[in-house]
This record gives sequence, structure tokens and C-alpha cells, in this order.
Amino acid sequence: MSLRHLTFAAACLAALTAPAFAETNVTVLHVSENATQKALWDKIAADYNAQHPGVKVQFKYLENEAFKAKLPTMLQSNDRPELFYSWAGGVMQAQNKAGFLKDITADVAAVESTMSPTAVDAFKVNGKVVGVPFEVGEVAFYYNKKLFEKAGVKAEDIKTWDDFLAAVKKLKAAGIVPIVVGAGEKWPMHFYYSYLVMRIGGEHALADAKAGKEGGFKNATFVEAGKRLRELGALEPFQPGYLTTKHAESSGMFGDGKAAMDLMGQWLLGMQAPNSASGKGLPEEDIGILSFPIVAGGKGKATDTLGGINGWLVSKSAPPEAVDFLKFFSEAKYAKEAAAAGAYIPVVKGANAVITDPLFKRLADDLAATTYHQNYFDQDLGPAVGRVINDVSVAVAAGEMTPEAAAAAIQDAAEQQ
Amino acid sequence: MSAIETTYVEPSRRMSVNGWAIVVIFLPPALLLFTVFVALPIAEAAWYGFYNWDGYGRPEKFIGLKNYGYLVGNATFTRSLINDGLVIAASLLIQLPFALGVALMVAGRITGAVWFRMIFFVPYVLADVAAGLIWHFMFDGGYGLPSLVTGALGLAPYYLLADKDWAFSAVLIVILWKYFGFYTMLYVAGLQGIDKSLLEAAEMDGASAFQRFRHITLPLLGPMIRLSIFFSVVGSLQLFDIIVPLTGGGPFETTNTMVSYLYYFGITRMRFGFSSAVGVVLFIICVTFAFGYRRLVMRDD
Repeated sequence: MSLRHLTFAAACLAALTAPAFAETNVTVLHVSENATQKALWDKIAADYNAQHPGVKVQFKYLENEAFKAKLPTMLQSNDRPELFYSWAGGVMQAQNKAGFLKDITADVAAVESTMSPTAVDAFKVNGKVVGVPFEVGEVAFYYNKKLFEKAGVKAEDIKTWDDFLAAVKKLKAAGIVPIVVGAGEKWPMHFYYSYLVMRIGGEHALADAKAGKEGGFKNATFVEAGKRLRELGALEPFQPGYLTTKHAESSGMFGDGKAAMDLMGQWLLGMQAPNSASGKGLPEEDIGILSFPIVAGGKGKATDTLGGINGWLVSKSAPPEAVDFLKFFSEAKYAKEAAAAGAYIPVVKGANAVITDPLFKRLADDLAATTYHQNYFDQDLGPAVGRVINDVSVAVAAGEMTPEAAAAAIQDAAEQQ
Repeated sequence: MSAIETTYVEPSRRMSVNGWAIVVIFLPPALLLFTVFVALPIAEAAWYGFYNWDGYGRPEKFIGLKNYGYLVGNATFTRSLINDGLVIAASLLIQLPFALGVALMVAGRITGAVWFRMIFFVPYVLADVAAGLIWHFMFDGGYGLPSLVTGALGLAPYYLLADKDWAFSAVLIVILWKYFGFYTMLYVAGLQGIDKSLLEAAEMDGASAFQRFRHITLPLLGPMIRLSIFFSVVGSLQLFDIIVPLTGGGPFETTNTMVSYLYYFGITRMRFGFSSAVGVVLFIICVTFAFGYRRLVMRDD
């Protein structure tokens, strides 16, 4: 055997064996279908892997419902991901209670000071940090400027719930469907109920109900919110057949200009075009954003915001590299890239200055100036109570259930937990 | 011939030796597989049914029969039981007779019989989820089938799937459409197994077409009909995949079946103890039916 052959053989052997004992794998399980987000995450992982030989970070996708159903089992098996996607709230608390989450309070203190405090707090359980947020969102009314103009409705005049109801009537009188809602999937309707609770009861309304104060969810705030929701429903503001419309269909209808408003999260901007019949949707300059109106006499402010808070949780047995990667992931540089690419609204302070898209910028500004940010009710409360809120929101809006019965149903579910 | 007979007789005489060896060698693996994959999960589900458990960690909150208590008098669960009953009724009273009629037409040597059989079988081949999704669009009031009628008559669009009184009829239509082809094929196979000479003899004896059907075809098709009723009832009780994309159980939870109820009110809410309790109820209903039916109706088949 010549020397060249020997070197070649040695190189082969090295190539085969080296990764086998040196590599630490970090799997990050997520549910995002957004191509811009995924591309950015893959890039961050590649950057990290290049700078840290011996560590292999990999993002893995699992479909939303499958993720939720599989995770409890996965976390108890040896195939558990080191890092995984979370909406914070009730499910995260259950995961923590079962001992699946790592306490990373000491590790990430420095990173957290660079982030929005509300987002950071969402990933604490009893003062203990179990995860790191990366994204916040806002639910707001998206409106079609041309249809508003046609009906003679001025967005800047809509300040209170009564103004809003008047605008709905005006749109209806002009032969325009005022609101599109994907009530077939229920959760889109719970945004109305949630915002009404926030506007009527203020920032302590949900926490007080959870703590069982004044009858828990049966208290006056939730009943009043139900009454207001029915008030809207009685005007028949939704597209025909709204009870069977799915979320994607409703986004397409908004994109086709079939309705004037949609109360939705920031992802609507990415969904309205591909789901529209034309495939083009509305041009961005024809879309406006309107904050949810205040309710006269309510404790909530117009600047209180409702929206998702998403982040990464660390599973119990994860190696230190996993937490190290989270710090790397949270660097301002990547947050700015996410903001510039329109992938999401990052939680890192100051990163949103680079946003150029005016609608995205408006949301980021709202979130930066928020007086109280609330996670989605159905995530905050966990699925057992959250899905009941979704169900009753639709039933109350349609007049199928009284506001009192709805509030009692939520309280029942909370007590059964 | 005699050689075969002797080999047939001999093993049975040595059963005590050989037979036991076979039992000892072959039974344990089968028994183990059955225990691990069938008996244990059932027992586990029954056990979970007594707990309030969100799937994380071990079940710890023992609540006795409370999960079953929630089901008693629960309007949504009762509705899903009624819906299961409606599916069974529609299958037995409409689908199976219709499938038999079609089978009688396409079992003979008429031109294009093979093609007809294939066309009727196509809906069955289609995945349930795809069928549910297609029909979700077909029933849309804005551009689906109802819009053709309302459009022609100048009426307001009608959204069948949003109508709480009639939405379940849409589910029934899809089920009838989806599965009648399967039963047609079952009956065609049964009809082809009937000895033609019997029918010819009856015809020569002057039996009318109806008499031949009533006294020869129907009794000889008996085992197949009894089997199809069995499939139909058990299939109806397990109905799930069509419901989710078609109606999602809505509007106002009027179109759930027992299994979709289990999914929407148990699994998606991470109430695994409760889901298990619903599963146990479903299991008891299915097993009672299966054993009762086999013992009483299918015992000669």
C-alpha cells in the first residue's frame, strides 16, 4: 500500500468516525409554515453550526395540530426535541408542572434585558424562566380603504364601540359586507370576545376571572362583553354562511374585497393574497389598520393590545449548547433581519426600527407603545378552557346562547380542570 | 383419495402430543402481541378514564366516575349519539337497499357493466378527508351546488352547512355517496356466487322476476347482506374523517359523531382522561353490538 493510499484511507476513517463522538445535536421543533421565517431560521442554524464545530442545530417542522397532539408523548420519550415552539400560557404551565422544562433563569438574564418585558414575562412560571420569546403579534381590524370610502366611513372617526357599530350599519346600508370572519374554525370569533373583555374590564379582568374573584368568569365583565358581542351579531355584519367559513377562506374573501373588515392577527397580510380568488389579493396601499375601539365606561385603554407571544422552550435534558443557541438566536442582528424581511415582529428592543413595510410598522409601533399586552385568551387559559371560549364566542355572536350562559360555561370548564 | 383421508385422521389422534407442542410454540408470541397491542391499550384507556389528566406526566388526579358523569345529559354528547343513530338508519334504510338495486343492475352481463361498477366504486377509493373537503366546497352557498338552485330561482344564497337544522343531512348525503359503491361491490360479488342454474330452473317453472328475486336471490345473498349490515353499523359508529373537513362538528356542535366528539371535546382540549372515558363508552357500544349481532344474526354464516 503506497503512502497516498494510506493517507486516503486514514482520511476516510477520520471522516467516518470524527462526527460520531464529537457532535452534539440540538433539534428545534416548530410549527411555522411561513417560508420567510423558515429560511431565516435555517440561516441562523447554519451560522451557529459554522461557528461551533461539533454542534449541529437543526430546525424541524411539524404540522400545528400534529405538534400539539404529539408533544406530550415526545417529551416523555427519548426522541424529545431540545428546543420547541410555544405559545406560552396554559400548555406551557402544564409542561412545566410535569417537569419537562428546564429552568434557564440564570442563563438568559443578559438576553432578556434586551427584550420587551411583557414577552419575557409570558415565559415565566412562578418567577422562573422556562423559555425565550422571539415574536409578538397584534390582533387588529384590517380594513379595505376603497370599501370604506364607498360607504362614506372614515376610519379615524371610529374610536368607540358605538362608532364602530355605526360604521357597520353604514357599510351594510351601502350594500357592503361589513365584516368577514372564519367562524367555522371558531377561534377567529374569540378575538371579539377577548377584546371586549379587555376594553370593558381592563388589564386585570382575565387574571381576576382566572383567580375566581367575583364569580370567576361569571362576573359582570364577561357577561357585559357577551352582550356587546351579541349587539354586533344582531346587526348581521358577517358574510353569509360565516358559520361554516374557514379561516383561510375568510382571508381570501378579504383579499378579494368581498368584505370591508377582518379582525385578525398580523399573518392576515401574508394570507389574504394567496387565498384570494384572483391570487393577487388587495394591494397593501388599499389596506388600513384600525385598533379595536374602546367601550364607553370601560376600564381598558385603546392602547391595550391583544396578540400572540411565541418563543422557544428548553426541554429538561437539553445540553448547554441548546441554551447557548437560544442566546445566539436572540442576538439583535438576527432580530433585525427578521424585522427587515417581514418574517415577524421580533421582541428584541429597537429591532423594529428597520421595518419598512408601513402596515407592519404600524403593528410594531402599537406593540412598542402598548399599555398592557394580553396573550390570546385560548392560549393563556390552555386548551380545555380556551376552546370553550372559542365555542361560546360563536354561539353568543349568533344569538344561539345567552351571554350569561356563555360566562357560566367558561366557569364550568375552568372548575373542571 | 384414501391416502388423504388417512393423513387427515392421524394427526387428530396424536393431538395430545403434537397439538400441545404447537400450542406451546405458537401461542405465546400471538398472545404477547395481542396483549401488548390490543388488551393493554384498552385496559389503559379504561384506567385513564378515571382521571382528570392533561397528557403531561402521569395521571394523578383521580376523579372516579366524574368523566362519565359529564357525559350524562350533556346536550352535545347526546346529539352525537343521535347523529350516530341517524347515520346507521340512513345506511340501513337507504344506502344498503340502493346498493342492492344497483348491484342487481350491474352484476349481469349488460354492456358496460364493468365500467359502471368502477364508476360507482370511485367515491369509496377517494380518501375520506379529501371527500369531506370536496363536499365542503360543493355545499358552499356562494358557488356550490345550492347556488345553482338559488341562482336560477333568484333566491338569496343558501348555506346548508351553516344551517343548524339541516347541516347533518349534508353529512348523510356525503356518507351515502361515499360508501354505497363499496356495498354494491360486496353484493355484486355475492350475486356472482349464486348458481345460475337455480334461477334458470325457477324461470322454467314459471316464477316471475320478483319471485325469483324474493325466493332465490335474496335468501342466497343472505350472508352477504348480514355482513354488509355489520360493516355498516360498525363503520357508522366509527365515523370521523369525513366530519372534520366537512363541518368540523358545527354549526353549534350539531354535526358531531361520537368519535368527532371525542376528538373535539377530548383530544384537542387535552382532556385525555375524558377522551378515554368517551372511548370506553364507544368501545362498549361497539363490542356489545358486534358480539350480539354475531351471536344472534350471523351465527350460521
